[in-house]
Amino acid sequence: MDVSSVSILTEWDIVAARQMGRSEAKTIGFGAVDQARITTAISELARNIYLYAEQGSVTIGRFEKDGKVGIRVIAEDQGPGIGDVQLVLQDGYSSSYGLGAGLPGVKRLMDEFDIQTEVGEGTKITIVKWLS
Amino acid sequence: MLLSQYLKYQTERNLYLGQNFSRHLVQKNITPEEVISIHKVALEEIQELGMTDTMIISLDFLTEFMIQYGLALREHKILVEQQESMNHEIELAAKVQNTMLRTKKPELDGVDIDFLSVPAGKMNGDYVYFQDDDSDFVGIGVADVVGKGIPAALCMSMVKNGLDTLGQASISPAYALDVLNRIVEKSVEDNMFISMFYGRYDNEESVFTYASAGHEPALYYCAREEKFYDLDESKGLLLGILPDVHYMESSIKLAKNDMIIIMTDGVTECRTENERFLSRQELIDMIYNVKDETPGDLAHSVFKALEKFQAFHQRDDFTLAVIKKVQ
Ligand SMILES: Nc1ncnc2c1ncn2[C@@H]1O[C@H](COP(=O)(O)OP(=O)(O)OP(=O)(O)O)[C@@H](O)[C@H]1O
Ligand SMILES: [Mg+2]
Repeated sequence: MDVSSVSILTEWDIVAARQMGRSEAKTIGFGAVDQARITTAISELARNIYLYAEQGSVTIGRFEKDGKVGIRVIAEDQGPGIGDVQLVLQDGYSSSYGLGAGLPGVKRLMDEFDIQTEVGEGTKITIVKWLS
Repeated sequence: MLLSQYLKYQTERNLYLGQNFSRHLVQKNITPEEVISIHKVALEEIQELGMTDTMIISLDFLTEFMIQYGLALREHKILVEQQESMNHEIELAAKVQNTMLRTKKPELDGVDIDFLSVPAGKMNGDYVYFQDDDSDFVGIGVADVVGKGIPAALCMSMVKNGLDTLGQASISPAYALDVLNRIVEKSVEDNMFISMFYGRYDNEESVFTYASAGHEPALYYCAREEKFYDLDESKGLLLGILPDVHYMESSIKLAKNDMIIIMTDGVTECRTENERFLSRQELIDMIYNVKDETPGDLAHSVFKALEKFQAFHQRDDFTLAVIKKVQ
């Protein structure tokens, strides 16, 4: 499976991650609306890395499981980690207060969402969207 | 379809049909970005328009915006649902509170005792308690937690338990407050205080004895003079501030048709829409106007009058209790 990766160091790397996500989504066969959704999700994750962990990487690739085809995005960093995952996944949490973005938004835009995080060690968020 | 109609005939009717359609889409949780996509497809289908690539692309730009709006909308829906279920829980809690704190108004020959307590929100931070047994005494406690809403309401079960342990109607009001103060001081956080008025009526002697822990002064109505007096000789410390407090008590002899009226600050600190406070004299006038009603009706009438005074926006829990010697 071919995957590509972008390291997130500056704000412009968020744009690079978006770009990569959109073209990968298009190649896999997602429609324009889903392409935009996937890109938004990637954007949120990359922005969190840039804001909270300072550096990290976003890896994007075609993904197959149980005969389904989709796109998988892994956002990974060695930053401060998230103490209370349940809290940040709660609707209405996030610094944008009820604007729907942030991690709960990412979860909603995608089909699968997984988070592994340890305070002081870092965060790894894996998201998948299936072609339907 | 709708779009091509509207492009041909820009009538209000076609717009109205569009509105109905969009209502349907919102109901079905169709996101704004999908709506744009439907719009885009429709535009591309209507060939005679000669849509340029630039125009189509501009819609992709719009999609980017609409994704955020869509997320906000969905989150909003979820938050509204959460709020509904929370409201429901609070209502249940209020019911539990009412059952737990229910108090029966005492029956004693020659005196009529009644009260009305109306919370500003769903849960009441005021509390009226009667200590009633087969003796010639009846005890009445009126408490008000500083603050209101749920925390205040939860506090009240403690006051009730404290009063229950006192047990007897003949107990001295000052002693009752001494004991309650110790209980409250021990079990409540430092920033929670309770004001309380405790009175005991001795039916045999027609004497009302009372003590106050920082509570609103009660009113004494002298029927012979047709005048009201404040019972405020003993405005003691609020419950829960210091561990060892000794309250003072005073007594007053009641004649026929005399009344004692105990209130919380939800009555005395009423404000108009323009933030003008109710004066003591206005309150007394209100009560004077209905002084011949039964205690229950009187409390109700004062509540109605104050509701109007506050332009139907009650800000604090309202409680008013009346003890009237009728024989
Ligand atoms: N990669 C990360 N490393 C450490 N903490 C993170 C990371 N991602 C998110 N967080 C923490 O989780 C919180 C919630 O993130 P989320 O993206 O949902 O909202 P936000 O970034 O605060 O606001 P916005 O809605 O603008 O994205 C953040 O405030 C931050 O404290
Ligand atoms: Mg964020």
